[in-house]
Amino acid sequence: MEETKAAIERAVPGAVVTVIPNASPSGQHSLLIGEEHAVAIGTFLRDDAELALDFLSNVTGVDYLDKEIAEKVKVTRRVPKAVDGAEPNQVQMVEETVEETRKHTQPGYLEAVYHLYSVSKKHGPVVIRQRTANRSDQVELPSLTSVWRSAEFQEREVFDLFGIVFKGHPDLRRILMWDEFKDYPMRRDYVEPDDFEYEPTAHDQVLKRAQEHEGRV
Amino acid sequence: MAVDENLKIELGKQGVFVTTIQELYNWGRRSSIWPMQFGLACCAIEMIATTMARYDLARFGSEVFRPSPRQADMMIISGTVTKKMAPQVVRLYNQMAEPKYVIAMGACAISGGPFKQGYNVLKGIDRYIPVDVHIPGCPPRPEALIQAFMTLQKKIDAQHLTGEDRPRHLDANAPGEFQVPEFGEHDLEPSSNAGVWQPPLVTIK
Repeated sequence: MEETKAAIERAVPGAVVTVIPNASPSGQHSLLIGEEHAVAIGTFLRDDAELALDFLSNVTGVDYLDKEIAEKVKVTRRVPKAVDGAEPNQVQMVEETVEETRKHTQPGYLEAVYHLYSVSKKHGPVVIRQRTANRSDQVELPSLTSVWRSAEFQEREVFDLFGIVFKGHPDLRRILMWDEFKDYPMRRDYVEPDDFEYEPTAHDQVLKRAQEHEGRV
Repeated sequence: MAVDENLKIELGKQGVFVTTIQELYNWGRRSSIWPMQFGLACCAIEMIATTMARYDLARFGSEVFRPSPRQADMMIISGTVTKKMAPQVVRLYNQMAEPKYVIAMGACAISGGPFKQGYNVLKGIDRYIPVDVHIPGCPPRPEALIQAFMTLQKKIDAQHLTGEDRPRHLDANAPGEFQVPEFGEHDLEPSSNAGVWQPPLVTIK
């Protein structure tokens, strides 16, 4: 991975490439590439004599939700405290150390993940990722269809299911759902329509949903 | 008015064949049901296998599978009906001429099957069109499809030509076309046809 990153940085000046390690046993580390040079990086990966990654086998999307992080912080403050002394209502400033829970939201994002193989050199996969700025309004990414033709339908699927808009795609429209559909089904916060009227062998979550229907026609 | 069986046999021995118009009419209809070429998914492969040499479906009257719905008597819904495909299925059913029958083949056509929780899966085609025979299975064996055929044939045999329970094609007031669902923003609209399908009341503890 490191050599690939170095090769990209040499070939495409100004490219921002980060290695994202994969802690699982498969050890498939991925390269996070920036938006401006994505097409140039893709062209280099495909045309380079050593890498020759000419086969894009899969494009998929990943949804990372906004995370609420709660931290416990020790804060030292001067607080007025009533002191039990000879005179009532006497207030003294005392230093007190309190543990506070501070919450902040880490914004989520959408990613498009590409798996690249080489047919001639028989190596791979090289996994590259593109990340959007957030999940709501800045969801545009450059399309790699001009580099690998197989991205055409797969990026349409990612657009349909996750909502990532690919700039420069020749024909970006929904592929699995109908065009008037408004939601993005594979996002984490997708709510299914309520057509689970009955379930003969319900269990777990399906049981909960079926019980909400009970008694209703 | 049915003919007494023993009388029929006795007369038959003398070379006289007695029957009723209803028997003759229904025998003609059930012995030549021509299905429409309509396969959606894996159950379609089993349907094709049923038409091939080993489990020959042509023995039972479905000599040809008509590609055009106008010329077909029956539609075998074989495979998962996606919500994107559902309006076209209903449209094709509307285009078939009466008398028409539907066999829902496999778990997906009956109730959504193993993919019931999918975002694009219609949970059973009987939400929009009336189904005559349901065959469970994933996929049902060719013998099961043949059994469904024979069940449909028995059902056609038992249809009376006059009276309250006469079939749809002899009843001027019965609907022959059903509402085609529209593509809504989150789901098909309507999500089921209330005149055709009511959700069965199942008490779940």
